[in-house]
Amino acid sequence: MNIKKWLLPTIYILFLMLPIYWLLNMSFKTTNEILGTFSLYPQNFTLANYEKIFTDPTWYNGYLNSITYVVMNTIISLSVALPAAYAFSRYRFLGDKHLFFWLLTNRMAPPAVFALPFFQLYSAVELFDTHIAVALAHCLFNIPLAVWILEGFMSGVPKELDETAFLDGYSFPRFFIRIFIPTIVAGIGVAAFFTFMYSWVELLLAKTLTSVAAKPIAATMTRTASTAGYELGLLAAAGTLTIVPGAFVIYFVRNYIAKGFAMGRV
Amino acid sequence: MSKTTNQKAWILVVPVVVLVAFNALIPLMTVVNYSVQETFGNNVFFWEGVKWFEEVLNSSRFHASFMRQLAFTGTILLIEIPLGIAVALSMPKKGPWVSVCLVLMALPLLIPWNVVGAMWNIFALPDIGLLGRMINGLGINYNFTQQPAAAWATTILMDVWHWTSLVVLLSYAGLCAIPDAYYQAAKIDGASAWAVFWRIQLPKMKRVLTIAILLRFMDSFMIYTEPFVLTGGGPGNTTTFLSIDLVKIALGQFDLGPAAAMSLIYFFIVLLMCWVFYTLMMRDEEQ
Repeated sequence: MNIKKWLLPTIYILFLMLPIYWLLNMSFKTTNEILGTFSLYPQNFTLANYEKIFTDPTWYNGYLNSITYVVMNTIISLSVALPAAYAFSRYRFLGDKHLFFWLLTNRMAPPAVFALPFFQLYSAVELFDTHIAVALAHCLFNIPLAVWILEGFMSGVPKELDETAFLDGYSFPRFFIRIFIPTIVAGIGVAAFFTFMYSWVELLLAKTLTSVAAKPIAATMTRTASTAGYELGLLAAAGTLTIVPGAFVIYFVRNYIAKGFAMGRV
Repeated sequence: MSKTTNQKAWILVVPVVVLVAFNALIPLMTVVNYSVQETFGNNVFFWEGVKWFEEVLNSSRFHASFMRQLAFTGTILLIEIPLGIAVALSMPKKGPWVSVCLVLMALPLLIPWNVVGAMWNIFALPDIGLLGRMINGLGINYNFTQQPAAAWATTILMDVWHWTSLVVLLSYAGLCAIPDAYYQAAKIDGASAWAVFWRIQLPKMKRVLTIAILLRFMDSFMIYTEPFVLTGGGPGNTTTFLSIDLVKIALGQFDLGPAAAMSLIYFFIVLLMCWVFYTLMMRDEEQ
């Protein structure tokens, strides 16, 4: 019984790890070795691909650009979504249900639909090729998602908490920052995880809105692929490094995720 | 929980509305604008009415990519939802392995989408890829860059690899929320594992599963980067889904009118399906 239970998750995780292992394997090979010989592990182990990425500014700037706009987006999304989610979870107001659905519809908009208009809009306001442009554009789908998740968590907090605090003479901002936010920190963790994730993995809009100064790492990879022939080893190393920030984020929020998912909506 | 009516709550919502409206309404109006006009360059536009909408709705190209999209979304939902539930059911409930499982399983979710495509490309190539070598080693002729069936199978396998974990995480969360008392009661009644699943676990997971289906439906219906990097929509047009086709028309051929009309129809379809889901979900919650 016990072995049977372990079998499925183990096979599933192995299946998840295989392509990642293959990428890692290739990142320690030279392009010649990749094309010339087929082997399950690197025969001439080399760190040259990683060395190139960490010393060439066109490469490492890609990572810095991506991380900059992702962090900006997470901060913007969460700080505007927190009060809005509170309003949706605590009060009835004119048009609340319609507004909530309208917000969600933006999570449903295919980015391909918006690529060209976004380019024109952000060029018109002279934000093209800046980090903030990508951070703001990603708000389109991340704010609705953050509101949705946080609203779920906040609805689980009893209203008596608010009422007692107001009776004790707390003002709204002080109550919100001192008492309410610490209570739903698990929900904020989950919301941060999802906003980070969707901003980090999205490429279509990020690529459309940047050219040089704020170019994301993923775009650096595709452009190198087309100009320098296929430098497979280098691409594999760059790809491997894009997994690292995500792994860090998961590691830090892992406890919130297990706990948090259970209470929240997503 | 009872909510109080308070119109001042709007003040708390204003920042969200402003930011999202800036990003949603202006581009949407631009698309509407293009969809009813013809341009020959130089910013000269002519009114065309609903011509582009008629053209798109009657074009066999749109029908073909729409059917491909439906087939793809349907297939991945049929695989990912049951598989996700099964993995979640057999995961350990507590102990150090929970964290290990969660971290490893969440990993594919945080890989940029073009890296997912590139990774699967080199994983499945028949000459240098592990998967391609393995399948060909079994005596099956497999080359996803030339065989439509192989291209489909690879794209679907990639999506299962990429997104099943989301279903697992959500189902697992739903399972953890079931109080132990339910299981104890079932044990006293001598219920079989199947009955426990059917009568307790599945009904309790209904809410998270609705969310999982909704998210997987939306995201797979908009899928662009991964299949574009993996197959480029090919061989031929066999894996050209709606978004890939749209970008080809809009940025490849620069046919702004038809592309805009197609965008709106596309958006409308997604919206309609999600509205149905959403109302069903909300009705359940109010019961």
